Amino acid sequence: MGFWEGYVLPAAILIGWILVITVPLMIGMALMTWFERKVLAAMMLRKGPNVVGPFGLLQPFADGLKLLMKETVIPSGANRAVFLFAPILTFTLALVAWAVIPLGQSESGIWVLSNINVGVLYIFAISSLGVYGIIMAGWASNSRYAFLGSLRSAAQMVSYEVSIGFVIITVLLAAGSLNLSEIVLAQKGGFWNWHWIPLAPMFIIFFISALAETNRHPFDLPEAEAELVAGYFVEYSAFPFALFFLGEYINMIMMSGITVVLFMGGWLPPLDVAWLNWIPGPIWLALKVAMLLFVFVWVRATLPRYRYDQLMRLGWKVFLPISLAAVVVYAGIMLYAGWLPGWREAR
Amino acid sequence: MILQTIAFYLFAVVAIASAVMVVTARNPVHSVLFLVLTFFNASGLFVLTGAEFLAMILVIVYVGAVAVLFLFIVMMLDINFVELREGFQRYLPIGGLISAILLAEIIFVGGLWALVAEVKGALSEKMPEESKLTNTEMLGQLLYTKYVYLFQLAGLVLFVAMIGAIVLTLRQRTGVRKQRVSEQVYRRRADSVEIKKVQPGEGV
Repeated sequence: MGFWEGYVLPAAILIGWILVITVPLMIGMALMTWFERKVLAAMMLRKGPNVVGPFGLLQPFADGLKLLMKETVIPSGANRAVFLFAPILTFTLALVAWAVIPLGQSESGIWVLSNINVGVLYIFAISSLGVYGIIMAGWASNSRYAFLGSLRSAAQMVSYEVSIGFVIITVLLAAGSLNLSEIVLAQKGGFWNWHWIPLAPMFIIFFISALAETNRHPFDLPEAEAELVAGYFVEYSAFPFALFFLGEYINMIMMSGITVVLFMGGWLPPLDVAWLNWIPGPIWLALKVAMLLFVFVWVRATLPRYRYDQLMRLGWKVFLPISLAAVVVYAGIMLYAGWLPGWREAR
Repeated sequence: MILQTIAFYLFAVVAIASAVMVVTARNPVHSVLFLVLTFFNASGLFVLTGAEFLAMILVIVYVGAVAVLFLFIVMMLDINFVELREGFQRYLPIGGLISAILLAEIIFVGGLWALVAEVKGALSEKMPEESKLTNTEMLGQLLYTKYVYLFQLAGLVLFVAMIGAIVLTLRQRTGVRKQRVSEQVYRRRADSVEIKKVQPGEGV
């Protein structure tokens, strides 16, 4: 095997794959901001962005360009290196998680950048790293508001990760694998086979925890514009701010993507019939993700912000006991009914 | 193979360099951040050896939870950096002794691998290639069968430690107004609202 076939070609294919995943993701993120503003506007009986481009569709690109052109202000008391590294970290982590999300399937195999055996753990690890971007930003800004925001966020994300972990365990029990593609394939054959029906309480807990994990309403205390100005990124301007913004929205898309993979059958069509199977998997995945993103915006338009002690109470005193008990209950039911996948072979 | 070698040296060099920075960095927050980098590179090394489960658990537990709490506390501390440097001479002998012992132990373990025939044989024994079990399944089957008592014991030790920490730090404060959610939920309209007919010119 020569140098070209051995190294250059695989590297080129890899880079091609990465572009195939990240470019639509960036465009999707831009459209997501437009979608959020439009949906919020509709719910508040306003018009929303409607000047730049048809239906205001070019508004997010105009905003992005504006942020690129502006001057990056670094506060004099800030810790320069950490201050600039924090947004880069947030943005990178939001993107790398997509490496393991399966996008579809053809005869030749699963469409995924890296089909690793511990996909779920990888996602969990990456999302638990996300807290560093925020805590570093808050500390390096050398500002009280930013620091308060980042402290709140760190406590919030660490708390809700615990119940997310237990919810994931119940999904693993039902699917019998840590590999995301196999989790999707375990939900084959129509929407009644997706995990959201047998694991309905877990699905709800997971979605609410995902709201808290992405610092979205009603758990957006880290940003809380009314009390903390804008939370951990008050001091950020121009492109570092844009990176935070991008990271946050891509994280939202990613959490929706994980919810779809774990509970809503990933790239599988809702009915196992020929003409629905003909539509390629990525489109189904995108449709389901868009549906969940609509719920994200809907929640934002509807619910008031939680108070901090209520947030902690919900995480530690409500979700944690319920999800912990659910792991035991689901494991017991599956064991006695013989539904545990892989159980018979292992014996 | 050459890619793996390059990756190994990359992870190893960054891990050691950042471990050195943990000790030498002036700012304790930087120290913790370098510690995180060290953990991360160690998990990269785990991935290279094929222990992907351990790698992910290292990131989830140490980087995602333990180091966040470290960082939390170090950021909140009001540290006087000059004072912190003063004790250096005094603690040098003890610190040097501990690190010397650790170094000796590592050399001892490494020496055992290289020199003692039985250990060498056990280590060079190949994993069953044909078995379709993944890393995670193998670990699970060992932990929950052969080592189940030790596993439970470790859990018990951690549990006791957790209870101990709570007992030490819990203090009951009196005179604090707390939200009692159950009371709020059970409250009915009849308990709290009263409708009165107010006649004009009379008041309630």
